[in-house]
Amino acid sequence: MSSVRVVNEPELLERLRARDEQAFATLVRDWSPSMLRLVRTYVSDRAAAEEVVQEAWLGVLQGIDRFEGRSSLKTWVYRILVNRAMTKGAREARSVPFATLAADEASADEPAVDPSRFTREGAWASPPRRWQDQPELALRSAETLATVRAAVETLPPMQRLVMTMRDLEGFDAEETRNALEISETNQRVLLHRARAKVRTALERHFGEADEAVHA
Amino acid sequence: MKLFTRKPTPIECQKVVEIVTAYLEDALPARDRRRLEAHLAACPHCSGYLDQIRETIALTGSFEAEDLSLEALEDLTGIFRAWAADRA
Repeated sequence: MSSVRVVNEPELLERLRARDEQAFATLVRDWSPSMLRLVRTYVSDRAAAEEVVQEAWLGVLQGIDRFEGRSSLKTWVYRILVNRAMTKGAREARSVPFATLAADEASADEPAVDPSRFTREGAWASPPRRWQDQPELALRSAETLATVRAAVETLPPMQRLVMTMRDLEGFDAEETRNALEISETNQRVLLHRARAKVRTALERHFGEADEAVHA
Repeated sequence: MKLFTRKPTPIECQKVVEIVTAYLEDALPARDRRRLEAHLAACPHCSGYLDQIRETIALTGSFEAEDLSLEALEDLTGIFRAWAADRA
């Protein structure tokens, strides 16, 4: 798991507020690649995604004098970033708060695994097959990664945000719910559903690979 | 009540797949955690499922980061200078 490089935040913040161009350049260089990666799960076009990152940095500069430091600088930068990404990724401008979207996505009854895979007593009728039996190459192949990417990109927006913040960017649960301003429970429910869906997509992908071999 | 000899209530596989995230987040009450761990130790299907969730997390974490283009970086320098000049 990759995560944003650790920087001395209080010092950087002070230098940014003092209009220190070098401090800004360092931050942009260190954080933009992972910011761009997150945005691209919303905005697939590379140039448009870069624009979102630029807009986020502009938002950071415009807000830096008012930033109160109640969250970490990193969490605050990502809050600005995901707001821009969601606005750009949505067909229309986002007007619903994240917390409301999160509550909506968390309230639906979605089993992690298709109920038909279990007996009436709740035991596995059709258990998962081991992926470790896949050749190592297939497990990490470009096709497998493309499957994961496609599955992540089709997740409902808040599930996608939570999963990318957690499993792609390496934020912890508290940082994620602070950045998105969602409840602890909803953070966990959304992460759960997102991982379950991506797992299902992978299971289908490996299942097809098996069939191709045995056909 | 014989607290120390009573076996934990069994937990069904269908329930296990719904609490794996809470387990990985270390958010399960101690009693549920023990029940889950007892189940995982005895059920290869559910421990296989947990392995798949871990693999899913690892694969998601392996997307590559990309540098901004030089043009975008230059634009940002311009944006910074305009901002700094404006608020100086």
